Amino acid sequence: MEQRYWQKEIETMAYEDMRKLQSERLREQVKHVYTHVEFYRKRMDEKGVKPEDIKGVEDLNKLPFVTKDDLRECYPYGMLAVPLKDCVRIQSTSGTTGKRVVAFYTQDDVELWENCCARAIVAVGGTDEDVCQVCYGYGLFTGGPGLNGGSHKVGCLTLPMSSGNTERQIQFMMDLGSTIICCTPSYAAYIGETLKEKGYKPEDNKLKAGIFGAEPWTEEMRREIEALLGIKAYDIYGLTETSGPGVSFECQEQTGMHVNEDHFIPEIIDPDTGEVLPEGAKGELVFTSITKKAFPLLRYRTRDICVLSRKKCSCGRTLIKMTKPMGRSDDMLIIRGVNVFPSQIETVLLNEGYAPNYQIVVDRVNNTDTLDINVELSSEAFSDTVKEVTAAEHKLADAIKTMLGINPKVHLVAPKSIARSEGKAVRIIDKRKLHD
Amino acid sequence: MAIKQLSVFVENKQGTLCGITQVLAENGIDMKALTLADTTDFGIMRMIVTDTEKAGVLLSDKGYLVKINSVVAVEMENKPGALSEIIAALGEAGMNIEYLYAFIAVCGKNARVVLRLDDNEKAESVLEAKGVKVIRE
Repeated sequence: MEQRYWQKEIETMAYEDMRKLQSERLREQVKHVYTHVEFYRKRMDEKGVKPEDIKGVEDLNKLPFVTKDDLRECYPYGMLAVPLKDCVRIQSTSGTTGKRVVAFYTQDDVELWENCCARAIVAVGGTDEDVCQVCYGYGLFTGGPGLNGGSHKVGCLTLPMSSGNTERQIQFMMDLGSTIICCTPSYAAYIGETLKEKGYKPEDNKLKAGIFGAEPWTEEMRREIEALLGIKAYDIYGLTETSGPGVSFECQEQTGMHVNEDHFIPEIIDPDTGEVLPEGAKGELVFTSITKKAFPLLRYRTRDICVLSRKKCSCGRTLIKMTKPMGRSDDMLIIRGVNVFPSQIETVLLNEGYAPNYQIVVDRVNNTDTLDINVELSSEAFSDTVKEVTAAEHKLADAIKTMLGINPKVHLVAPKSIARSEGKAVRIIDKRKLHD
Repeated sequence: MAIKQLSVFVENKQGTLCGITQVLAENGIDMKALTLADTTDFGIMRMIVTDTEKAGVLLSDKGYLVKINSVVAVEMENKPGALSEIIAALGEAGMNIEYLYAFIAVCGKNARVVLRLDDNEKAESVLEAKGVKVIRE
């Protein structure tokens, strides 16, 4: 198959040229944020770094890190680096009540983000003759808007389906002959299973490729989706803080994701010491956005653990590649595409009058994540009637759903029955084995 | 005054039930009536025992979740239709029965049942007005 690119000059740029471009843009960006964002000015002053100290990519490690907590503290306008009138869009992180991050975009920021997504679509073989079905959620979530924009840029006939309503997804897919599908891998598998149940064979649909992201998935799941839908399944990575999907994307080699490093400079650090690790080392992924103007992040700690590699890729792209995230450097779980922190569950328990003795059990059944929460029953909540104990379970499940945005199954268990190792409760049991 | 019932939270795990009965056995506590309500996740064992307070403390000390509350116990002739009369009387009085269960042993030619209602005193007077023997011990 002939190799096509969306922005060939950038995607196949020689390393030295890329580094030059990055350095130029980094210098500009550091000046921009130092001038316009008090947060950066303060942090850099504290570290004794002036914008003129940053001469190029080699000086990146002189800059302070930015964490998600910093972003929360800056909510809503603290990180804004342009006048609000220059912003045209916001997007926000998924369903984490009280812990939202709101990202702002100028028209140019939207453009560059959509171009990143267009690169991903072209990399999987997308052209203006394709029918691209986007069944990521639309709205504050970046999945739908990002791929939708990218699909428009490429000139695909775009089906802005959003998530859910699988019957309609399948009807449009079959009737309009979708050739590319974009959604979470678990939803792709679900659509595939549903097609199978309806008696469709993989060759009955016109799909050729899928772009799947927003949650961790395994190689095994990739093969399963490919078999179910009769397609090639590709990974895409991104986070609201940096723009959304398209920070990196897979090419037809399917051996890791090319980082759009003309916009986002990646680094791998030791999560404990903050020290920058050499190429090939496993560590925490850090991004510096060097082109976004409204909500630019310097050295943002993603908490995702992965490896970077400049090994030559058969697709001809010279963009550095990152592996699938292999884990987290914090306790965040991604369940059905939603970011879940155990501390959020703890907050709900305390609000509802329970002791914070709980255990989170995450599993994947038929390619869908399940969330079970075992909570130690208190004598106050215990009653001689099943009705009341069950009602307490439901009330707690509702409160957790309101906090997380996803439905858990709550099980009240006997006091002190949750396994404790060395006196400390084992809080999370993730049976999905996503990172082996 | 209604009689005291002891309820114990029974986790759906091997050995839980045995642990409860052992505590009672070791301490010479006799069960006069019992029932086990179960759901997929957990069960609630409800009992009328010889020394409710003591049994409650013993089980709590062993880490069990217990609750003591009042229930109505009545005695009736051990014959078809006897329970039906009692239920009908409560129904006429507009009273809702949460659950009921029988005593382990029959008492002569009589049977005894435990009733869980919202208003024990009202239930007792409704039943006594119908000539039902209410047990108070």
